Amino acid sequence: MLMSDKLLEVNDLTTSFKIKGEYYPAVDHVSFSIKPNEVLALVGESGSGKSATAFSLMGLHTKARITGEVQFMEKELTSLGTGRMNKIRGGDMAMIFQDPMTALNPLMKIRQQITETLKLHGKKSKNERESYAVELLDRVGIPRPERVAEAFPHELSGGMRQRVVIAIAIANRPKLLIADEPTTALDVTIQAQILDLIRELQNDLGSGVLLITHDLGVVAEMADRVAVMYAGQVVEIAPVRELFKNPQHPYTRSLLNSLPSEDMLGSRLHVIEGVVPPLDKMDRTGCRFAPRIPWVPEEEHEDNPELREISEGHFVRCTCYKNFHLNNDGDAAASVEAARETFSGGRA
Amino acid sequence: MTLLEIKDLKVHYPIKGGFFNTVKDHVKAVDGVSINIPEGTTYGLVGESGSGKTTTGKAVMGLNHITAGDILFDGRKLNASGKKVDVRDDIQMIFQDPYSSLNARKRVLDIVAEPIRNYHRKPKGELTEEVLDLLDRVGLPRDALYKYPHEFSGGQRQRIGVARAIALNPKLIIADEPVSALDVSVQAQVLNFMQEIQKDMNLTMMFIAHDLGVVRHMCQHIGIMYQGRLVEEGTAEDIFSNPQHIYTKRLIAAIPDTNVDKIERNLEVRQTVKTEYDQNFSESLDDEGRAFPLQSISETHRVALPVKG
Repeated sequence: MLMSDKLLEVNDLTTSFKIKGEYYPAVDHVSFSIKPNEVLALVGESGSGKSATAFSLMGLHTKARITGEVQFMEKELTSLGTGRMNKIRGGDMAMIFQDPMTALNPLMKIRQQITETLKLHGKKSKNERESYAVELLDRVGIPRPERVAEAFPHELSGGMRQRVVIAIAIANRPKLLIADEPTTALDVTIQAQILDLIRELQNDLGSGVLLITHDLGVVAEMADRVAVMYAGQVVEIAPVRELFKNPQHPYTRSLLNSLPSEDMLGSRLHVIEGVVPPLDKMDRTGCRFAPRIPWVPEEEHEDNPELREISEGHFVRCTCYKNFHLNNDGDAAASVEAARETFSGGRA
Repeated sequence: MTLLEIKDLKVHYPIKGGFFNTVKDHVKAVDGVSINIPEGTTYGLVGESGSGKTTTGKAVMGLNHITAGDILFDGRKLNASGKKVDVRDDIQMIFQDPYSSLNARKRVLDIVAEPIRNYHRKPKGELTEEVLDLLDRVGLPRDALYKYPHEFSGGQRQRIGVARAIALNPKLIIADEPVSALDVSVQAQVLNFMQEIQKDMNLTMMFIAHDLGVVRHMCQHIGIMYQGRLVEEGTAEDIFSNPQHIYTKRLIAAIPDTNVDKIERNLEVRQTVKTEYDQNFSESLDDEGRAFPLQSISETHRVALPVKG
């Protein structure tokens, strides 16, 4: 494949945080790529490293040790200094943050917050910037944009604030939009509107989108491809239909089964035993999901699990998916027992 | 048998202003809500932020001032003037955020024992035994007793919150968004386990949530709130298979589905519902922008429809 049809290519990205003098990787050799006009969803529980991946791409983890390659529009980002990185983020690569309550500066008018990013990246005159800011607000569907431009964040509702955050992100027509849980803090009807908006803008600008979320419904609706992360690693990556129709990795299958859905009415939900181990207590050899599927015999796992392509574009880590079955016997005692074991094991 | 009966509940907050700081107007957070919850069932109260669902729950708990209306628990009036009926040990609450609802400076023993200490005098040994029993019931190990909340994961903390709520053998539990702060896999754990406890203790539950998928899984009856009033109420079946009010339809259409085959159709449905909503929504409300009184359309199903005439 030619370099140029990839907007972003991440190779072996590893982000380590320092805990008590030692570095522990929260993102561990993660590789993926995004093409222009493609939505890649990054899914996983809290602690899986999905947000850390996004923050590493944006160069926002200044204290972490980052290794690996991040090729963005044929530039290597990991070696860039702050000055040159500042030219890219907010410009060609922009981020929509999770919480619209904290992403905006409470002391600045909306107009200022938008013109700030225009000033840093564009060469427009002051007047042009001001009118463009209003245009942007109009573009993201804010009624009476002139008035909202003069408002402070606290005067707006959560949905409106998230629209402002999106307006700031798209101000410089980014080639890559990173959306970190963009709708988690919002009500469902507002969520539907914001997702529509992101989809529409993405089509207009032809941008690639990295969508980070734990909501599998949102993923099914928005993504072209999905990467599932567990304990800092990508464990499965596939086109969206393939992933939902034919999930392979035990973690993906467990996640999909733990959702309350129409077919699950009146029955117990699937529970994944145990918890994601804390960074400094994680076993980094063998299959990381193994402790949470203890009924799978050891020889089913690989010693050194790698992502392997099992059908076109569908990659799965480890061999334990082959004979995997969900342990859904609905036995309450077993789940209580498991919770207890993890508790004493994890904290010992 | 009805355990909790809410009759025409109103909770209004005054807006003060002007030179003498006089009352200018009222925020009608809850404006005429009536709900019956039969014993041993779960009632789901659904709505967007600001719809008044939490205020309703808090009013039942006695945490809010009630402007008008009655709350009857087990046939006894809770808000009678003069002599107050003490049912605080029969009604307990599970809070939304397991990170902030537990006192970080207390041990699990003290957190769970606190409600018991408030109502009964018990020797220390007996109290510890009782707390151990409760921990057992919610699936926490015995050595959790002397640990602090920060030593637990989100799901385990929510279990501690549940242990505290069931410590006094309550009849009614108000669960305010108990799983919205949790990951899906942990959410599944807590939901399963709340259902178990409910069955074991024959609990009645009021389940406040904005996630319709979770509510459908947990509740027999569902009420949809909008701007302080119910717009529709019925069995889970009524609400999901036969929604009548445009607001309910819109909420249901907005849920993203994981079934990839249905996505195209869902998006279409959402678009049609949105168009209908934009056109008709103002007609489905009265002059003040509030829902009409509920009218029965079947034995279980009530909808806020305009009065014909």
